[in-house]
Amino acid sequence: MVSNRNINVALIGNPNVGKTSVFNQLTGLNQQVGNYPGITVEKKMGFCKLPNNVKANILDLPGTYSLNASSIDENVVIELLLNKNDKLYPDVALVVTDVENLKRNLLLFTQIKDLEIPTILVINMADRMEYKGITLDIPYLEEHLKTKIALISSRKGFGIKELKKLIVTYKTISTEPCLNASSIDPEYFNTLRKTFPNQLLYKLWLVITQDVNFLNLDRNEIRSSFTKSHSDLKRLQQKETIKRYQFINDVLKAGMKIDETVAKDFRSKLDRVLTHKVWGYVIFFLILFVIFQSIFEWSKIPMDFIDSTFASLSTLAAEKLPAGVLTNLISQGIIPGIGGILIFIPQIAFLFMFISILEESGYMSRVVFLMDKIMRKFGLSGKSVVPLISGTACAIPAIMATRNIENWKERLITILVTPFTTCSARLPVYAIIIALVIPDTRVFGILNMQGMTLMLLYLLGFGMAILSAYILNKILKIKGKTYFVVEMPNYKLPLFKNVGINVIEKTKAFIFGAGKIILAISIVLWFLASYGPGEKFNNAEKIVVEKTKDKPLSKTEFENAVASQKLENSYIGLMGKTIEPAISPLGYDWKIGIAIISSFAAREVFVGTLATIYSVGGSDNEVTIKNKMAAEINPTTGEKIFNFASGISLLLFYAFAMQCASTLAITKKETNSWKWPAGQLIFMTGFAYVVALIAYQILK
Amino acid sequence: MRTTIHSLKKGEKAIIKDFDIDTVPLKLLEMGCLPGNMVELLQIAPFGDPLYLNINNGSHVAIRVETAREIEVEIIKTNLW
Repeated sequence: MVSNRNINVALIGNPNVGKTSVFNQLTGLNQQVGNYPGITVEKKMGFCKLPNNVKANILDLPGTYSLNASSIDENVVIELLLNKNDKLYPDVALVVTDVENLKRNLLLFTQIKDLEIPTILVINMADRMEYKGITLDIPYLEEHLKTKIALISSRKGFGIKELKKLIVTYKTISTEPCLNASSIDPEYFNTLRKTFPNQLLYKLWLVITQDVNFLNLDRNEIRSSFTKSHSDLKRLQQKETIKRYQFINDVLKAGMKIDETVAKDFRSKLDRVLTHKVWGYVIFFLILFVIFQSIFEWSKIPMDFIDSTFASLSTLAAEKLPAGVLTNLISQGIIPGIGGILIFIPQIAFLFMFISILEESGYMSRVVFLMDKIMRKFGLSGKSVVPLISGTACAIPAIMATRNIENWKERLITILVTPFTTCSARLPVYAIIIALVIPDTRVFGILNMQGMTLMLLYLLGFGMAILSAYILNKILKIKGKTYFVVEMPNYKLPLFKNVGINVIEKTKAFIFGAGKIILAISIVLWFLASYGPGEKFNNAEKIVVEKTKDKPLSKTEFENAVASQKLENSYIGLMGKTIEPAISPLGYDWKIGIAIISSFAAREVFVGTLATIYSVGGSDNEVTIKNKMAAEINPTTGEKIFNFASGISLLLFYAFAMQCASTLAITKKETNSWKWPAGQLIFMTGFAYVVALIAYQILK
Repeated sequence: MRTTIHSLKKGEKAIIKDFDIDTVPLKLLEMGCLPGNMVELLQIAPFGDPLYLNINNGSHVAIRVETAREIEVEIIKTNLW
């Protein structure tokens, strides 16, 4: 029988076994990243052509140590594997393992085997065997583990072809469990078997011990008749784990040889330096320093290029297209809007690249180890370091990354303070204001003043996050057991392909996600800025003629005067004017007010908004956004709008204020309450206002 | 006084004896932290906490002192000759 349906292949494995590399090797760039319905766990699907014209959907499941789920990510794995009706239910499971960690990785394998799904054991990183003095007896292992084994190296790319051939033969692979785990309590399991004769025993056991939804079985029914105390269940789970390890130890004793005299140990040497009580911290801060300096320095050229390209595109459109409302919308609304999105690409891509390298190399776990004790003083966990660092890219994935923090209080505090870290949406705001108010000079020949200011702002973000964590830790009264177990993976040289794919995927998601909002807001802004109510807007020409009849203006002067008269009395101008009294003590005029209003949807809109506003209202002598901003003068004082005092005040306001609707939404989702996002919004924004006010009043 | 993982010195190896099932997370058991298995203390973080262990000859994990105190062990005497 030939079926035209694509077969479903699920990739399952512990974290840090190179599962994603295997996925990338199998699917290349044929990937789709989405979310599981209703939850924010990332769902990675790919497509792969196999021999004999077989086509396969490859599903990369979240990394898990076992089928005893302790997080939402791990729950996804169990729910899929327990539900035969799921359209992604695997025809074949690939359990990916690391040859150096085979013993531990096999625990999950034996559990998957108990579900009676055809399972292939993929032993990855086989290129390291010689280096580590490992030899494997594959036929012996295949016989006792009742499976087929693919020995591969996703890093070096060997064994992939053979793996593909093996997947095609999935129907011939044994579905028999490799050990009888129910022997840990025969009486209990026998009754269970008799009560539900049509169900897989291991599935029943998982339903009893886990919080999973299992379609055709009522969990409460099973639970009530087979109830055991929490301790008893856990004791049984311990017995089960021991049983599985005994089996694994026995099999590996005969099937795997390790020649310790050959094994080279690079890990412990590196660990000694990277977790050293002095050098560990020095290296960590050096790495952060290099990252922030390079984000600023390296992205300067591509950013200037994008900025000026869009500026000239805008001018070109205005000149070449027939004059009219539509042309104005394109040249003053849409093109600056798109430019305002694309200008992010260099900095975001660099940031994602660095974070991806830190995670891939295994260094991030050392940072967790190094920082745990310190972070705990502030009510955080060592694991909070990862969200706080990846929060420099975007608070949304960062808040999702808190899921592996076992303690609820530590997790909640991490979620609440993560939005203080400087996310990439703040970067363009910082970049443009720093470029305007901080001189581009070097100290000691190497330290760029602008780069230093940026670094200072990042430190300020971290500092504020830590400080508010400390306060929250004192205020919040939540008790919970503190568990902290973190794997210290082997060091690996990050793979260019993995880092590259990650950077492309993340940047794409960001640009399209945020891009839609920015573009929409730019267009709305343009309308609001191009139209206005009443006489003052509609008769702008006449009013300007009236006002200036004593001293006639040149043609351009007259046009500029009309344009700014119009902008001031447009809808958006009136909105800006309305809030001006509240923000002028901070050093902002009504135009900045407009940008702040629109920033409440998302911060990155700031630059785009100013770009749109100045395109509509300003003279056309200045082409780039930066030059336009630099040329803005306060009509009453005659001073520059973006001077040192107002610049610093703006930087501080953006550093602290909660201006991201998506972050509020994710906080609500992860904490399951509106109380926490509301607190973030009120506290952060209120604090930002006060700090910006004080800074401006002192500096002006 | 009980000998626990917390009593180990850096580089020392021990055999896991017993622990209270309710105070040790299941995840740690899955990493191989089970009675009879070997544990080696590889590194102690600055400020003395957490501890970086090699459990069951292959699982490299870090745990906090409060958990380490719960796991009783018997230290393997290293032969001085």
